[in-house]
Amino acid sequence: MKRLALFVPLVIFIGMGILFWIGLGKEDKSVLPSPLIGKAFPQFILNTVESGESTNHLPQEPVLVNVWATWCPTCKAEHQFLNKLAAEGISIVGINYKDDTFKAKQWLKAYGNPYLFNISDPDGQLGLELGVYGAPETFLVDSQGIIRAKHVGDLNADVWQKMAADFEAMK
Amino acid sequence: MKLISLLFSVLLFSLPAQAVVEGYKYQFDNEQDDERFAALVKDLRCPKCQNQDLADSNAPVASDMREKVYDMMQAGKSDDEIVGYMVDRYGDFVHYTPPVSSQTYLLWFGPLLVFIFGLIVLIVIRRGQKQPPLPLSEEEQARLQALKNKADS
Repeated sequence: MKRLALFVPLVIFIGMGILFWIGLGKEDKSVLPSPLIGKAFPQFILNTVESGESTNHLPQEPVLVNVWATWCPTCKAEHQFLNKLAAEGISIVGINYKDDTFKAKQWLKAYGNPYLFNISDPDGQLGLELGVYGAPETFLVDSQGIIRAKHVGDLNADVWQKMAADFEAMK
Repeated sequence: MKLISLLFSVLLFSLPAQAVVEGYKYQFDNEQDDERFAALVKDLRCPKCQNQDLADSNAPVASDMREKVYDMMQAGKSDDEIVGYMVDRYGDFVHYTPPVSSQTYLLWFGPLLVFIFGLIVLIVIRRGQKQPPLPLSEEEQARLQALKNKADS
């Protein structure tokens, strides 16, 4: 019995080691679960980047809502993929987050415009409503305006493989 | 010397009622609101830089959130309403005091479990120690006596 007790620290050590190992292997911890999934897209009245006219609704179809900015390097990285998705016929609405409209227009001219239109959110109000904490972030919004999924970070082929099913499910 | 220390203490107490972070930005009419603001930004966590509270963080999103806390306070919202607003958008993560739910049982009651475990270990060890030593057998008694005699001589 006494002898067996000597192994207790080792067992605890191994147990903790396993726990930490699982923790290390987990997906990026900087990604937080969003409480907005299943809720309505927040209301807004903001101007579009393209025409400067006021808008207050998303198109009534399944859309990708992509939060981006010209100051965000990862947004540049994912832009080509967004162009590709748009070419495949997927509707994407942009939110130009805490950015300068002039710079945004130049960006769209230089790298192509995959967006149906862009909502200009210079003060980040809509971003705050959406719980945005770093661009790029991408939401899936169905035709009823309900948020179905959210992805934080670079949108690429691997991520889209997982999201595509959610997107198809909204149709 | 006395004058200097007097001047110094006057200076200390004359600091206007304002929050620590970006103090120039968030001025309140009264001390209570000032303290409320300071407590709120300490109790809310920055979603971008996860080991900092809103008061400490320089991230743009933290700045926006402070602004929102200030605006909501000016609009007469209660602390619960303000924290609720943030939790609705950023999740329980942003609140340093998460609610008790099935997901947070381990967080809330884990320490108690560890304490109980420690208590059990302690009791088991104490029990083992409390057993009184067995009385010596006759043979042992004799040996003891022999040893004693040897020591005396």
